[in-house]
Amino acid sequence: MSQIHVITTINGDETEFLCEAQETLLDVLRDHLDLTGSKEGCGTGDCGACSVIVDGRLVCACLMLAGEAEGRSVETIEGMADGDDLHPLQQKFLEMAALQCGVCTPGILVATKNLLERNPNPTEEEVRYWLAGNLCRCTGYDKIIRAVMDTAADMRGAA
Amino acid sequence: MPKDEYQSRDFRIVGTRPVRPDGIDKVTGKARYGADMTAPGMLWGAILRSPHAHARIKSIDTSAAEAMKGVKAVITRADFTYQPESASLADVLDNCMAGEKARYDGHAVAAVAATSKSIARAALKAIKVDYGVLPHVTDVDEAMKPDAPVIEAGRVQENVPEGYSENVTGRSQYGHGDPEAGFEKADLVIERHFTTAATHQGYIEPNACLAQLGADGQGEIWVCTQGHYMVRNTCAGVLGLDAGMLRVTASEIGGGFGGKTHVWMEPTALVLSRKAGKPVKLVLSRDEVFRATGPTASSSIDVKIGMKKDGSITGATATYRLQAGAYPGSIAFLSAMCGFAPYDLKHVRTEGYEVMTNRPKAAAYRAPGAPMAAYPVESVIDELCQKLDLDPLETRLKNAAREGTKASYGPTYPAIGLEATLKAAQSHPHWIAPLGENQGRGVACGFWFNFGGDTCVSLMVNPDGTVSLSEGNPDIGGSRASMSMMAAEELGVDLDQVRTVIADTASLGQNEVTDGSRVTFAVGLATIKAARHAIQIMKERAAMTWGIDPEAVDWRDGAAHPAGPNAGKFPPMTIKEIAAIASNTGGPIAGHHEVTAEGAGVSFATHMVDTETDPETGQVKVLRYTVFQDAGKAVHPDYVEGQFQGGAAQGIGWAINEEYIYGEDGRLQNPGFLDYRIPVASDLPMIEPVILEIPNPGHPYGVRGVGETSIVPPLAAIANAVSRSSNVRLTSLPMSPPKVLAAMKGT
Ligand code: FES
Ligand code: FES
Repeated sequence: MSQIHVITTINGDETEFLCEAQETLLDVLRDHLDLTGSKEGCGTGDCGACSVIVDGRLVCACLMLAGEAEGRSVETIEGMADGDDLHPLQQKFLEMAALQCGVCTPGILVATKNLLERNPNPTEEEVRYWLAGNLCRCTGYDKIIRAVMDTAADMRGAA
Repeated sequence: MPKDEYQSRDFRIVGTRPVRPDGIDKVTGKARYGADMTAPGMLWGAILRSPHAHARIKSIDTSAAEAMKGVKAVITRADFTYQPESASLADVLDNCMAGEKARYDGHAVAAVAATSKSIARAALKAIKVDYGVLPHVTDVDEAMKPDAPVIEAGRVQENVPEGYSENVTGRSQYGHGDPEAGFEKADLVIERHFTTAATHQGYIEPNACLAQLGADGQGEIWVCTQGHYMVRNTCAGVLGLDAGMLRVTASEIGGGFGGKTHVWMEPTALVLSRKAGKPVKLVLSRDEVFRATGPTASSSIDVKIGMKKDGSITGATATYRLQAGAYPGSIAFLSAMCGFAPYDLKHVRTEGYEVMTNRPKAAAYRAPGAPMAAYPVESVIDELCQKLDLDPLETRLKNAAREGTKASYGPTYPAIGLEATLKAAQSHPHWIAPLGENQGRGVACGFWFNFGGDTCVSLMVNPDGTVSLSEGNPDIGGSRASMSMMAAEELGVDLDQVRTVIADTASLGQNEVTDGSRVTFAVGLATIKAARHAIQIMKERAAMTWGIDPEAVDWRDGAAHPAGPNAGKFPPMTIKEIAAIASNTGGPIAGHHEVTAEGAGVSFATHMVDTETDPETGQVKVLRYTVFQDAGKAVHPDYVEGQFQGGAAQGIGWAINEEYIYGEDGRLQNPGFLDYRIPVASDLPMIEPVILEIPNPGHPYGVRGVGETSIVPPLAAIANAVSRSSNVRLTSLPMSPPKVLAAMKGT
């Protein structure tokens, strides 16, 4: 099978890979680049476990062909912390127990980081609707929503 | 009192809310789940599944698939050369790979291993299966009729009465007294029929494993499961291997809720690996998860309850019919045990029927059998309260089971917390908050047994005095944190001195799966006892150093102390000091404990919910939700609350949205998260958790399991809220908009 050659930027690093035409960005992240932090919960765009940011936009990596990543900038959960320094959302999720099994957590963190970049002062309802595409089966969302609201308040205070 | 029984004490660490030890890996994407592992030379597995609900497999032609470049193994049932002796293992085998018949839409019929995912998928398409389609049945009531298509003949147990199809394989009965006499004494008797749809556990991580099996019978599996010992034992039993030759490691697990207490495709991965001579990774798609792994049972239920004007229940009966899916053995007996468990009844009788259908084999789902057991009972009690103008909380308190009550399923309760949850509900501001138009408030109670079971823990005191704790239960919601906390509490050391890991099957003795809300209780119990064992050894080492009797040594604040003035005057020896000289005082120090834990301590909850029903569309919105549950002792309250909230959310989904929808053709019509809609963030309000602590007499710290009870009351609590707001009694789940609308319009 002939492969496509792609050059893209992932978490700030220029990255080259070969992929099959039908492979998704999620396939490549997970199976070729060892970036398994993005999860495949459904493969159909319904769970948000594969959420990544491409050129500033939140997308489901399972719905984007890997070939489309050419020349783009992709951010995944692996790029969210700065070395040892956790992003405030990551820190708050730990402190407020906003995860149980944790499999939805990477997608939810990536999605909420993108939300707070767009809207630093979201209402509870805005957070809930923004996350409506990110399924969590463990928590009932309560502690997740609280952690996001709390982080937003902290970040506004710090800014 | 023996030392393992509950003793009141002040806690230093238990009851606090530290950051969990596995947290950083989970917020940075480093944590490795089932599908995240690879091995050198690894192949990709894929499974071909029946598109028919019921069909004879006449022949399978795999030659074209085998000839494809990159295909390294193709297997069918013929490659499973061992036939297990026990009927239940033979069922597991047949469910993993169909033999003579495909019994449900999604039943595995062949599998391949190839060098890439895309080749594996293409190879599935090249396999030709010749099916002889058979009549099918997917509805539980239909399946019971004498003329229903029979899934498998010859599986009926002796206790099943005449007059049913052979699909009815088992019947169970519980209760005491004379319900008919009880109904005579009632001022009002209500009898109703209820149905609930099958729902899926809906864990976000699809089942996945990486397996390797050599011709010598030695193998390894990396798998997301609630019990890697179960995976080992079942795979060994199904394939005729020695359990000791299989080493199974549990990955991080992305949710299970009972659905990962079974084996679905691990034997398939092993057989593929044996045939190909390479490790094989097998990851199910979401479609496969829905079609072929355990949903819970759908049910058809009759409940009859008699009540006096003062609210006392005079008699109660229930008949539970639960579909088991394609193999015998459903959870109807658990429903029959749980239905009336919260109440102190003189006259009560329940029965449960287990019914085979052309659906995937029903699996455990959080408090299996209990939600559908409580739903009709709590609904009828609510309707009796409405008609007799009684307060629903007061009425439940009047009938509530207490210490000394003989439960409807047999035993007599020790100290339990139902009354406490009801009283907490009565005094909560939620109970008296005003309601608006089209809004209703519902309450319901729920019960779950909680389990103990086989448990092994080892606690190593390292040369530097830090502590490594090994346990054998996958951590599904923060249990490593709880174990570290209990070990640190008992040893008297700081929490950061203890690290807990989940050991593989070769490192500890048998451990029951992470189920039955057993882990915090049973593994916690074993952890405390392993710590006490290590303390005993450390006291002996200190005694030896001081030249005094070990009985004259006390352990407190992480150090050995002379017990009193008579013991001699020695400065305390800390765990670090004792560990540092261990090689000179008898060797490395480790405590361990192996037990089949009993005394789990039953659990009760009361839920309160406000809903609003849209009179135009029939859509139900949950406005406010409060959970009152007895935790015995909350080791890490954050994660106890998380269990309360998560269970309530799943119950809300079951009540309002979720259902397996089968077409006339017997195929599942909604095998994806778009059409099988679990609650999303915008569907739910905050869920307020209220933790009650009525100590479990069977645990040193008073701990009870908390994981499951929270899914039991929501079905009825929401049905009661909706019924009250719409003035019509709803009796079928889910309460989807068309159903609610039809009920409101009386059609
Ligand atoms: S895996 Fe991409 S949305 Fe579910
Ligand atoms: S924490 Fe398990 S799915 Fe969200």
